[in-house]
Amino acid sequence: MSTTIEPAPLPLVKTARPERWRLLWPLAALALIVLFNLIVTPRFLSIEIKDGRLYGITIDIVRRGSQVILLAIGMTLVIATGGVDLSVGAVMAVSGAATATLVVEHHWSPAPAIGVGLVLSLLAGAWNGILVALLQLQPIVATLVLMVSGRGIAQLITTGQIITFENPTLVFLGSGSIWGLPFAVVLALATLAAVGLLVRKTAAGLFIESVGNNPTAARFAGVNERLVKVMAYTVSGLCAGLAGLVAAGEIKGADANKVGLYYELDAILAVVIGGTALAGGRFMLVGSVIGALIIQAVTTSILTGGLKPELTQVVKGIVVIGVCLLYSTKFRRAVMAPFGRRRA
Amino acid sequence: MTLSYGTPLSRRFPSLTQQLPLISTAVVCALLYAIGSICYSGFFDASTFSEFFAGNAVLGVAAVGLTFVILSGGIDLSVGSMVGFVSILAGMMVERWHWSPALAVPAVLAMGCAFGLLAGVLIHVFELAPFLVTLAGMFVLRGLALTIAPDEGRITLNHEFFVWPTTHAIMMGHARIRLIGIFFVFIAVIAALALRYTRFGRNVYALGGNEQSALLMGLPVGRTKIAIYAISGFCSALAGIVACVDMGAGEPSAAMGLELDAIAAVVIGGTLLTGGVGTVLGTILGVLILGIIQTGLTLDGRLISWWTKIVVGALLLLFITLQKLLTKATARA
Repeated sequence: MSTTIEPAPLPLVKTARPERWRLLWPLAALALIVLFNLIVTPRFLSIEIKDGRLYGITIDIVRRGSQVILLAIGMTLVIATGGVDLSVGAVMAVSGAATATLVVEHHWSPAPAIGVGLVLSLLAGAWNGILVALLQLQPIVATLVLMVSGRGIAQLITTGQIITFENPTLVFLGSGSIWGLPFAVVLALATLAAVGLLVRKTAAGLFIESVGNNPTAARFAGVNERLVKVMAYTVSGLCAGLAGLVAAGEIKGADANKVGLYYELDAILAVVIGGTALAGGRFMLVGSVIGALIIQAVTTSILTGGLKPELTQVVKGIVVIGVCLLYSTKFRRAVMAPFGRRRA
Repeated sequence: MTLSYGTPLSRRFPSLTQQLPLISTAVVCALLYAIGSICYSGFFDASTFSEFFAGNAVLGVAAVGLTFVILSGGIDLSVGSMVGFVSILAGMMVERWHWSPALAVPAVLAMGCAFGLLAGVLIHVFELAPFLVTLAGMFVLRGLALTIAPDEGRITLNHEFFVWPTTHAIMMGHARIRLIGIFFVFIAVIAALALRYTRFGRNVYALGGNEQSALLMGLPVGRTKIAIYAISGFCSALAGIVACVDMGAGEPSAAMGLELDAIAAVVIGGTLLTGGVGTVLGTILGVLILGIIQTGLTLDGRLISWWTKIVVGALLLLFITLQKLLTKATARA
């Protein structure tokens, strides 16, 4: 009879809920919104195929949500390191502006122009990372610098004009489709897969979580805290660059003033709804994607419900506070107090 | 280092190192002004100088409120949206619902105060991140502003209350000094006095210096923190009224991105983003610097708004880096 030594459960890892339950709340919220929409608009879930493309309200939600999904993927890593990236909207404007200007004004072919746009957004992200990690500025302020001047740089590139284009490759980025699926969705899924592999199949994810949980402990454990932070912000910049290209392709133009305006809150909101704590530490990429879908579903519901489109901003603001309150231990205790000694 | 109750009088005047941010701000301000005066005719002129204040009165009043928040170590991103919301709300009240300004103005100011109070409660009692709460506030207010706005988007204000301050001005020689500029200075002086000479003001500094210590010293941390956000809400509501007067209209999309300019003005003015160190005088200088840059770029003939953004961003970076180096130097000393 062989005796097997059972590994003792790690006493340090004390999770409030089993791992697999963490996606439950975001998924439940999404299901609730879908259910509500099904009652109001019965054809909500119907999908039809026209000219080899899928059409339907849900496809529309996923397509429109793809920009926020892209931003949220990068933002998840940044927030997991205990930071925040306020510059994603401005970086979107920069990458769209650079690519469109090169193609339209300088007659570049699309591929190198897209490359330049992405390299610029990569540099923008690295710049944020350097400010945060090496100069040790507070993330809010460090990324605020680029949030202010990023739009200025984008306007400088387009010389203040809205650059419109008909280039099929660029338009494809925003409204093309592969295998019936919108290209933007495929791009978002591919990015999710790539970043997911990066953080879950290498040690990068572990490093990010350790830096977010306790930077000092991470440093003593030999994690190169600064490099990890620079990497997180660089990925966020690159994701924002991709989102900017999609946004430009969608409206067939680069509008330095409007593209990605206020998208930073959408991205942060998506990450928070998805169950990643704002204080840093554990993160959930899939949760953030579901969060982005929830936001877009709510937005679409408001629009199809015939309410004023401006109300979406009000709803988003209230939802973000509500979700944060639900995650706040103090709030839970205050609410749960009347129900006796329940563990909140 | 913050001023505490027990420090001897000689120590109450901050040391040179602590004043260095303020001094460097003043130097930059003077330099920019000198460069402007040399390069452009009409720059070194009393009316241009007074226009630095009047043209930036909205920003200035909001930045004064924000100074309290940043001094306490927090941040308020909702100031710009508050200006937009108040401008359209006050416009609707007076022009469409025919309220008397004597009723409408206190009502919107109370609204601003209440909104700030709510943000303060969320931040203090439920320990939510200040940037998140106020970012959400920014969305809610801008959304509300666009929702209550009439279909044509903006409201022209014809009531005497809004017209009077623009038709009247103080003449100094040939220079016409607009009333809103004087109003901005007036608000700034009140805020400076409150910060310097009241118990509340000292509590703000103590809170920003080290919240834990302030708590252990028995200072009313919670009350102070909530009051700070209420003051910021009040000041940005006040800035909304100033915007009504300045534009002669209520506009829901007014002051887009003002929060960034306001933060820039406060930070350039030498207030530490970590809290505890800073002055309203610095904020005024910060607003002045932004005004000089704007005017200089305008006089340059290339009215290029994007250069303003880039220069403001660069200055912001310069000053926070300077702050960082100074804090490190002070910590080592």
